Amino acid sequence: MKRRDPSAMPGSREADGPANEPVDRRQFLSRSLPAGWVLLTALTGCGGGPAGPVEGGEEAASGQAPPGGAEAPAPGAEEAKAEDPLAGYDPSQHNYAMAINVDRCIGCGRCVEACKTENDVPREPFYFRTWIERYVVQRNGHTVVTSPNGGISGFPPVEEAEILRTFFVPKLCNHCDNPPCVQVCPVGATFKTEDGVVLVDHDYCIGCRYCIQACPYGARFLHPVTRTAEKCTFCYHRLVKGLIPACVEMCPTQARIFGDLDALSSPLARFQRMHKIQTLKSHLNTEPKVLYANLDGEVS
Amino acid sequence: MRQQVTRLTLLFVVLIGALIVARAFLVPETFGELGHFRATAIGETAGLEVKYAGRAACAECHVDVEETRAAGRHALVSCEACHGPGADHAEDPTAVQPEKPVGRDLCTLCHGYDPSRPTGFPQIDPTIHNPLQPCTACHEAHAPEPPVTPESCTGCHGQIARTKAVSHHALLACTTCHTVEEEHKLHPSASRPTKPADRSFCGRCHAPDAQPPADLIQQVPRVDFSTHGGHYVCWQCHYPHFPELR
Amino acid sequence: MESHIQSLMEVLQQTKGYIYPNEVELHWGLLVVVYPYVTGLVAGAFILASLERVFNVKEVQPTYRLSLLTALAFLLVAPLPLLAHLGHPERSFEIFLTPNLNSAMAMFGFVYAWYLAVVLLLEIWFDYRKDAVVWSQKETGFRRFVHRLFTLGANDLSEEAVSFDRSAGKFITFIGIPSAFLLHGYVGFIFGSVKANPWWSSVLIPVVFLFSAMVSGIALILILYMLTSLFRRVEIDMRCADKLASFLLYALIIDFSLEMLDFIHRLYEAEESIEILSQMISSRLFISLVVLQILLGTVVPLVLLGIFSPAFHTRAFVNAPAELRRLIYFCAAILIQVGIFSTRWNVVIGGQIFSKSLRGLTVYKVELLGLEGLVTSVFLLILPFLILYVLVKFLPPWPEAEVTLPSKSQS
Repeated sequence: MKRRDPSAMPGSREADGPANEPVDRRQFLSRSLPAGWVLLTALTGCGGGPAGPVEGGEEAASGQAPPGGAEAPAPGAEEAKAEDPLAGYDPSQHNYAMAINVDRCIGCGRCVEACKTENDVPREPFYFRTWIERYVVQRNGHTVVTSPNGGISGFPPVEEAEILRTFFVPKLCNHCDNPPCVQVCPVGATFKTEDGVVLVDHDYCIGCRYCIQACPYGARFLHPVTRTAEKCTFCYHRLVKGLIPACVEMCPTQARIFGDLDALSSPLARFQRMHKIQTLKSHLNTEPKVLYANLDGEVS
Repeated sequence: MRQQVTRLTLLFVVLIGALIVARAFLVPETFGELGHFRATAIGETAGLEVKYAGRAACAECHVDVEETRAAGRHALVSCEACHGPGADHAEDPTAVQPEKPVGRDLCTLCHGYDPSRPTGFPQIDPTIHNPLQPCTACHEAHAPEPPVTPESCTGCHGQIARTKAVSHHALLACTTCHTVEEEHKLHPSASRPTKPADRSFCGRCHAPDAQPPADLIQQVPRVDFSTHGGHYVCWQCHYPHFPELR
Repeated sequence: MESHIQSLMEVLQQTKGYIYPNEVELHWGLLVVVYPYVTGLVAGAFILASLERVFNVKEVQPTYRLSLLTALAFLLVAPLPLLAHLGHPERSFEIFLTPNLNSAMAMFGFVYAWYLAVVLLLEIWFDYRKDAVVWSQKETGFRRFVHRLFTLGANDLSEEAVSFDRSAGKFITFIGIPSAFLLHGYVGFIFGSVKANPWWSSVLIPVVFLFSAMVSGIALILILYMLTSLFRRVEIDMRCADKLASFLLYALIIDFSLEMLDFIHRLYEAEESIEILSQMISSRLFISLVVLQILLGTVVPLVLLGIFSPAFHTRAFVNAPAELRRLIYFCAAILIQVGIFSTRWNVVIGGQIFSKSLRGLTVYKVELLGLEGLVTSVFLLILPFLILYVLVKFLPPWPEAEVTLPSKSQS
């Protein structure tokens, strides 16, 4: 191989083409950098979890996407669902919200139990899509708040003597109209649907947990198995079938009401008419869509 | 001088070009269709399995139970709140049977006394209310109206009764101050008891010249209503169920 | 996962007051503390390099190339704690594919790529190009290959080419300064823009992050300069060391003032969160904040440097002999590293130890092993030094190793 003297002809272009270089530097760099990135991620990653968007791209490339606008379900799903779960459902007709009458909640925890069952939420006491808090406002001005295992098995007895007021408050994701969690997601894995529900894309979420930090209500958690962010979905899989969320279904006192904000006559509309409505942390301007009636000022 | 520039430009063009090309392959197909997210994700969430069938599904087959339930005190309670998730049973009724709760644990979960529960919600003290007996021995679960109309108000208003029982008003019956129709014991929200409206009501016992019932006349404090308490009604300061409380 | 559940159970036992049920698990742990610490060092080291190049502070010339290589070594390590921390690191490239432009975190990919490729690598390339050309001519084997690769074939050694290198380097440093600010400032914004968290949500956080980054970066170069001179048995240029110490003191004064401003402002306004935050500082964060960050990490170095470095006059307050000054500078710089790491800890961990209900405190249990464990983080903090060692071997930054070309290009 001819050895060039680099300083022989200053400023002139090299006579040799790429074939004569010992290594084509450009090719080397353009191959090694992406490969290095992949290697880095592979070394530090656990590689678990469902297939990522690459599969979606491959699906597109191989033309497997069904025609007619109906979309295939999760690429990682075991069985290929023949029917489209969204068939016949028009999201533009809905704007979902939930109303909670604090005066009706008896703290039985049926809603928490139903939610964990319906949505396969891990049973350990660190993962809740909804939970119940008990507030005990004492005569000495202190307020004690408890939520033993989210209230899923009810609450233990409480000493009566010092109580000024006491009540239960159900909490869940507020499905805000101005959601801070959607704002901070770096990749677009959480989003607000046309019908007002905030969902998480479990095949796209990278598990950075910024959304969990950004939620003012503590409504989100990281699922220990999928390692993606998770939260209440208003039981979206029930909504598209005309059912109501499991927690609303199970509540024995109708403390939770569910419906469309735009519907003129519905339990939700009546609720909004008959009660003074509060929302949690309204000063943060997240525009929550869980409307509380009879919410005590101590509730934080 | 140009040599550096051309070499670097070429390198950057290749790298950025590779990124752009990679992007075309790697960005999911439905991303951006409905917003900054993968549109397919909505379908994925919507396609999850339903575990609770909902009471309409139960009512399709269990018509008689539904009729009983809808007319009783448990009208608002979903079947699956006690019998567990029933979507599988609704799909294939013979293959899967929902559970029938036994014992007292499930009933006392809602009806065991807890001060944080709203006033008037039917509650009992499990340790003294027919202990050890299953609730279904006296209450039909689908229409759990008490087998006998409660004699006293204590059955539902336990907290008030217990508070009053250790107060100066212990010997007063609830009906002394509250007029209650029989209907209230059967359908509490349809007919509400009355409450006293003004100071003169309390004056019936506590005014200087009042004549309280003979068996209660001892130690009834007398108050000059023209000077005591200004324009306030009595219960703004004195809790009627525990009047000595300050 | 069993041990994870077990440790969460222990955390649950140790919570005080009321926390939301989902807050038992602390999400941004040691790895997320390491990340801003490392990028802070990058930004700080680069700013120091720019002092020489753009602001013509000649005294720190001996540390110029060392600063650049240090910045590169740490920058290469910077994404590793983030990748290790993600629930799905294999999907991390999505940040490049579909970044959400409303999210500060999405900027990471682009700011990082910009800073690495356009600022740092280019600057190093322009500064070392002529040296690499000359070295590759004289060497054989692997070293020759590496240096030839480095030059990208741009072997022109003429005076115009070399002066182009210099002016290009200057230009890049010039745009590099705001880029360095952006690299670390956006990390501060990631925290500062979270309205849900009263410990983080503040206008001052990006600025405090930036100045504490500069403090840590300058301190790091001071330590490295001293250590490398020691290892190479070379005399430390005291004018350089004094200058570094002076700039360290300036940056430290500004940093301390900003932190005190934040502190006083919080106490004065006494918003709703003040009660739980005070409880947090006096119980969970007492050692890391009051002792490590403020006392040992800021006040002691301020006093040491204020007394012994000639920062505000040609002579210092107390004139100490060179050996003593070196020792004091070194100690101050080490304390500063501890202090700045504690600052990151207090921001990241502190923001998650109190509940958003403002009614309770949880604990952070640092694991020993595992991806989020202490061992991994220690390794990630040592790794840049290993990389720096390799870089120094191939691109020696010492003033005497720099190639000087004859004034006219050889034929």
